[in-house]
Amino acid sequence: MLSFFFRQILLTIPTFIGVTLLAFVMIRIVPGDPVQIMSGDRGLSPEVYAERMAALGLDRPIWEQYTDYIVKMAQGDLGRSMYTKESVLSEFISRFPATLELAVAAIIFAVGVGLPAGMIAAVRRKSVTDYSVMTVALAGYSMPVFWWALILVLIFSMTLGWTPVSGRMGLIYFFQPITGFVLIDTLILGEYDAFWSALRHLALPAVALGTIPMAVIARMTRSAMLEVLQEDYVRTARAKGLSPFRVVAVHALRNALIPVVTVIGLQVSTLFSGAVLTETIFSWPGIGKWLIEALSRRDYPILQGALMLIATTTILVNLVMTLTYGIINPRIRHKR
Amino acid sequence: MNYRTLTLASVSMAAALLAGTVQAKTLIFCSEGSPENFSPARATSGTTSTAAAETIYSRLVDFERGTTNLVNSLAEKYEVSADGKVYTFTLRKGVKFHTTSYFKPTRTLNADDVIFSVERQLKKDHPFNPIGGGKYQYFDDLGMSENLVKIEKVDDLTVRMTIKEALSPFITNVAMPFMSVYSKEYADQLQKAGKMDDIDLKPVGTGPFIFVDYVKDSTIRYKTNPDYFEGKSSLDGLVFAITPDSAQRVNKLKAGECNVAAYPNPADIENLKKDTNLKVLQQAGLNVGYIAFNVQKKPFDDKRVRQALNLAINKKTIIEAVYPGGIGETAKNPLPPVIGWAYNNDVKDYAFDPEAAKKLLAEAGVPADTEVDLWAMPVARPYNPNAKRMAEIVQADWAKVGIKAKIVSFDWAEYLNRTREGEHQTMMLGWTGDTGDPDNFLYELLGCGSAKSGGNRARWCNQAFEDLIQKARKTSDRAERGKLYKEAQVIFKDEAPWVTVAHAVQTVPMSKNVDGFKVDPLGRFKFYGVSMK
Repeated sequence: MLSFFFRQILLTIPTFIGVTLLAFVMIRIVPGDPVQIMSGDRGLSPEVYAERMAALGLDRPIWEQYTDYIVKMAQGDLGRSMYTKESVLSEFISRFPATLELAVAAIIFAVGVGLPAGMIAAVRRKSVTDYSVMTVALAGYSMPVFWWALILVLIFSMTLGWTPVSGRMGLIYFFQPITGFVLIDTLILGEYDAFWSALRHLALPAVALGTIPMAVIARMTRSAMLEVLQEDYVRTARAKGLSPFRVVAVHALRNALIPVVTVIGLQVSTLFSGAVLTETIFSWPGIGKWLIEALSRRDYPILQGALMLIATTTILVNLVMTLTYGIINPRIRHKR
Repeated sequence: MNYRTLTLASVSMAAALLAGTVQAKTLIFCSEGSPENFSPARATSGTTSTAAAETIYSRLVDFERGTTNLVNSLAEKYEVSADGKVYTFTLRKGVKFHTTSYFKPTRTLNADDVIFSVERQLKKDHPFNPIGGGKYQYFDDLGMSENLVKIEKVDDLTVRMTIKEALSPFITNVAMPFMSVYSKEYADQLQKAGKMDDIDLKPVGTGPFIFVDYVKDSTIRYKTNPDYFEGKSSLDGLVFAITPDSAQRVNKLKAGECNVAAYPNPADIENLKKDTNLKVLQQAGLNVGYIAFNVQKKPFDDKRVRQALNLAINKKTIIEAVYPGGIGETAKNPLPPVIGWAYNNDVKDYAFDPEAAKKLLAEAGVPADTEVDLWAMPVARPYNPNAKRMAEIVQADWAKVGIKAKIVSFDWAEYLNRTREGEHQTMMLGWTGDTGDPDNFLYELLGCGSAKSGGNRARWCNQAFEDLIQKARKTSDRAERGKLYKEAQVIFKDEAPWVTVAHAVQTVPMSKNVDGFKVDPLGRFKFYGVSMK
């Protein structure tokens, strides 16, 4: 068990080094140089240009830049935003809860809808239900996020008026964050109206972001379920005269869940990339929106730092998932 | 590891929930992005200027709403010495700074506040100079650090500024956001408490609105300043809902979630105009989009060729194709009409006349099928939203008079560099004014100095024109300056170093009940003077 854990942790190190290289190289392979691009239409005097190059450390030999960058990163210094002059790390940390809240809501939606849908499709194999579930899943999977988000807004906000167009909470509520998770903060403060407002604001972005993972989970559940339903123990359970529901929901589902859990872990990166678009469209004050704004301003320190942080988060989540999986499923552990 | 960050993130701030109702007359503005801070001195973007300079702060002189004319603001009058080098400002009496949760003023505005605000940017050894990185981009870019020699207190309500050279655009600079007046008393309080950074994050000004709170990337709240020296705004409050997606800004406006929206998508404008609950204001902004002829390269050293290629272009087609929805209007001068006092409305633009163009080309001895290059910008800018499309139209027009244009493009940084070096024969670019002063267009874009340094992409240096704009730079009387600039525009038109293509129009959609809003030529949003029915 320990050796498995150890091996998994060691395996993330090359990935991590790869990511540091990638983030480092990115800022340097942009055509033209970043300082030029950041200065816009105006152009710069040679002195100011040299000063900005030095500020980014771009005037030193490349290996020196890389080691410097690694050393600083180890100290938690990821540079400063060119726009606000604040440290990249603190900017990231202050926005992370919003993204996490959205991602968790999206996952709840994805699992809550995808799992039962996949199960029903598997049980009713080759029926109309099965085909329609699979068609919807395929459609959901192939929908461009920004387009889907705008369609949702058109239907639910503009036409039906059920949900707000964008934002995180009604403008009449206004408080300093405690945990940074609006739903939790409002409950702590006992502000139930604000809680409902936050929930209504969260609904559309969560659905928009959760649609792709939902489709993936539905399809995965269906195929895992189909496999499990042919196993001997399921036939045994049926022969014992258990109710069909019990057979599926208890005996079959438990084993079918193993691959599904993995898939949920793999959706983390999908959630991050989806969050970039979803947050921008819904003015959700998280990491994704922050990245897009940084991109439009050519704020390279942020882009470089955020890429690092997001990659690190993804690597860690996947590591945790692999380890959990190893605990659930001993067969994985003993593979050599 | 940065411990401050950790404490900030993990230790919760005292929670205070103020679930009041948004009053009926609170104006909600769907803004386009987050401000970098709340410090006009450090602002590098219009977003920040709108969120700080135009709401929280005031300046000695200011731009009249909707124009680039100067009006007195914190200064009730100013005088310029005979040699044009000394400006003496007399301050209004009894101007109150904001009372906020973090600051209670004990005195009204005086000379110390003005001096503090300028010296922070001017003097490298000023205690507040390094705050926020010590970069004052506008102060430096507009030549204040070079030209301003000193600022002195004559008495409590009189401030004197001395400049190196008599340059009349100086006074326009004084109206810019970076010259906003901060409270020295507040700065002293922050210095004592060791919280100097707060000067840029928790602002205290004398402007029409008082800063209440900023939720990062989400909302900025203001309340109305009851003591504002021009009179209290009729709005009960002001909220910025930060909405980066332009389609969503329009949706929010339609759903009644905001009253004014920033920068709608050009594609949405027609649709917005049809909506009966909304009104759409449009005005040509402080910009120009042009095609420059490199006069140092043949055949463009010949005035007749430049005139001919002006005559060959059908601007109407360009406006329809490249500036749909009325987002651009034809330009005839290098200045936009919004600088009314210096804009020469009597200038006649070149008509669309291919026959006359052919004649001129023949006169100049340009053979049929002469090949030239035409550089097209790789990016969209308000003054030229689609350079590639424009280049194709121009190419077709020129082909009809026997000039074969080859369209060239590079990535943006490369494009700017190479055209600054003068590698092109003809190229497209534009300019968005920084200050609303004509000098900022004519001197920067067409002066002999910038013909050398490359900002003048036509590399056109005309002595008669140069003399006029140099003289105008040294004349502080506005009417006199206006005359000189109008004369310079006549020379420009005849010499035709550019094809003046268009001025981008700013569009501000708002709900029907918003009254008195004026489109700001500098592209910012001003909510003082706006009311809601």
